[in-house]
Amino acid sequence: MVSMMTTPAQITLAHVEKRFGNGTLALSDMNLDIRPGEFVSFLGPSGCGKSTALRMIAGLLEPTAGQITVNGKPAGKGRDDVSFVFQDATLMPWASVFDNVLLPLKLAGIGKAEAARRVREALDMVGLAKFETSYPRELSGGMKMRVSIARAMVTKPRLLLMDEPFAALDEMTRFKLNNDVLELWRKQGLTVVFVTHSVFESVYLSSRVVVMGSRPGRVVHDLAMPEGPRDAHYRTTAAYAETCRRVTEALEGTMDHVDLNH
Amino acid sequence: MSTSTIDPTLLDVPGPGLDPVSVRERRERRLRILLPICAIVSALLLWEFLVWYNEIPHYLIPAPSLIAKTLVTNFGSLMGSAWFTVKLTLLSLTLAVVGGVTLGMVFALWRPIEMSLFPFAVILQVTPIVAIAPLILIYVPDTFWALLICAWIVAFFPILSNTAIGLRSADHNLRDLFTLYRASPWQRLRYLLIPTALPYFMAALKIAGGLSLIGAVVAEFVAGTAGQNTGLASRILEASFRNEIPLMFAALFLVSALGIVIFLVTSFLSTRVLGHWHESEIKRQS
Repeated sequence: MVSMMTTPAQITLAHVEKRFGNGTLALSDMNLDIRPGEFVSFLGPSGCGKSTALRMIAGLLEPTAGQITVNGKPAGKGRDDVSFVFQDATLMPWASVFDNVLLPLKLAGIGKAEAARRVREALDMVGLAKFETSYPRELSGGMKMRVSIARAMVTKPRLLLMDEPFAALDEMTRFKLNNDVLELWRKQGLTVVFVTHSVFESVYLSSRVVVMGSRPGRVVHDLAMPEGPRDAHYRTTAAYAETCRRVTEALEGTMDHVDLNH
Repeated sequence: MSTSTIDPTLLDVPGPGLDPVSVRERRERRLRILLPICAIVSALLLWEFLVWYNEIPHYLIPAPSLIAKTLVTNFGSLMGSAWFTVKLTLLSLTLAVVGGVTLGMVFALWRPIEMSLFPFAVILQVTPIVAIAPLILIYVPDTFWALLICAWIVAFFPILSNTAIGLRSADHNLRDLFTLYRASPWQRLRYLLIPTALPYFMAALKIAGGLSLIGAVVAEFVAGTAGQNTGLASRILEASFRNEIPLMFAALFLVSALGIVIFLVTSFLSTRVLGHWHESEIKRQS
């Protein structure tokens, strides 16, 4: 919220509410502006509507009230500049790594030669150039996630939406992929919206952390993160620890006793 | 799935090599062929010996050698009957695949049609074919067509239900991904639903292959009493009326052989189609 106050928002959520068919109020009155080039994390306990908000930004869910605007158009109506990375890698098990990354281009009807060039470029970007003929079952969890990221990047999106992408990975892999995503964000000039339930991950990655509470899902805090390089060293600094403490407090304030007893 | 991650640059690209593993694999493959053959040959030898030792008359239990001799002497006529059964089985299986896949797609894509038509499919499936066959034989004047309908009814259902379930089993996140990239209905069918349904379809094909043979034989048994056709089942019936037990066994052997061939072909197809990715066809490294 602090920086880039003057640039127009890339994503705007205005009084967004989502009530599911069974009556659950997943999200109530969410207001948020995300500007180009921001790295925003949605942080919160399960059931706080953070994934729901992300899916609505992607146009995969319709809000029951309010408006979501992405790149100047209603969510889900723009073309080709939004990509989504799911919690599990969500690869097609019957297709090779190459064909999995090719999918978005094939669906868009892009010519074979041009598509192949871009697929190789994307695989190169995530360090999997040598694995294009492998099948997903032959890859480790981290490598599958890289394929998934390559697939998201192959369309050269302006906006990358990530739904707890590294939650199921071990810590070493997670750190490595965190750095990979940061590098993509910096080099490609992306806007990233990142859903996570890890305080440490959100503080490490983001330029801004949106803390959400549950029952009903809502935005409780909107915290700007300190600027500066993010690397292995940053994880050990006092500033990082202090920010984590601040975010943790904000997060705990959103929970009632039921949540804390989990 | 392994949870640890290996740096791609450090990982060897998996591939076959001339190592002890491939030698062991080859030996295992040889055993997998040799062992069943040995077991079957021993069983036949034991059968031959017991018949000979106990001097069992051939009109009770013929020895394997006599069955083989019968097979050779009646080769021409038996082959004619076998060809009739093969035709019936393959044609009914083909029609079951075409009909089952088509209707399965319709079911998967239009729920109301499924709700209205599914009861009919279930009724056809649960009513024993032996009970319907006489009626079909009355209503359909041409015996071949009547038999074909009987065999088709039996083989049709597994294909229909598996195709419908398979087409609906696509991963939800993958569906979302296709939505996100604005896939056309055709692209969704071609690149997502059909590959997802393929393992279900292959499983159904294995079942339906066996069932179409059973359907063909059973229907012919019902019709065979009228003595109008020349399939293997009617040869068994005919031989039983004349007390030609070795001929019964010879025809029975051909029916089994046909069943085995169908099983092998469908299994082979399944491996070819799914071998590179589906868990059911992948051998785990030990």
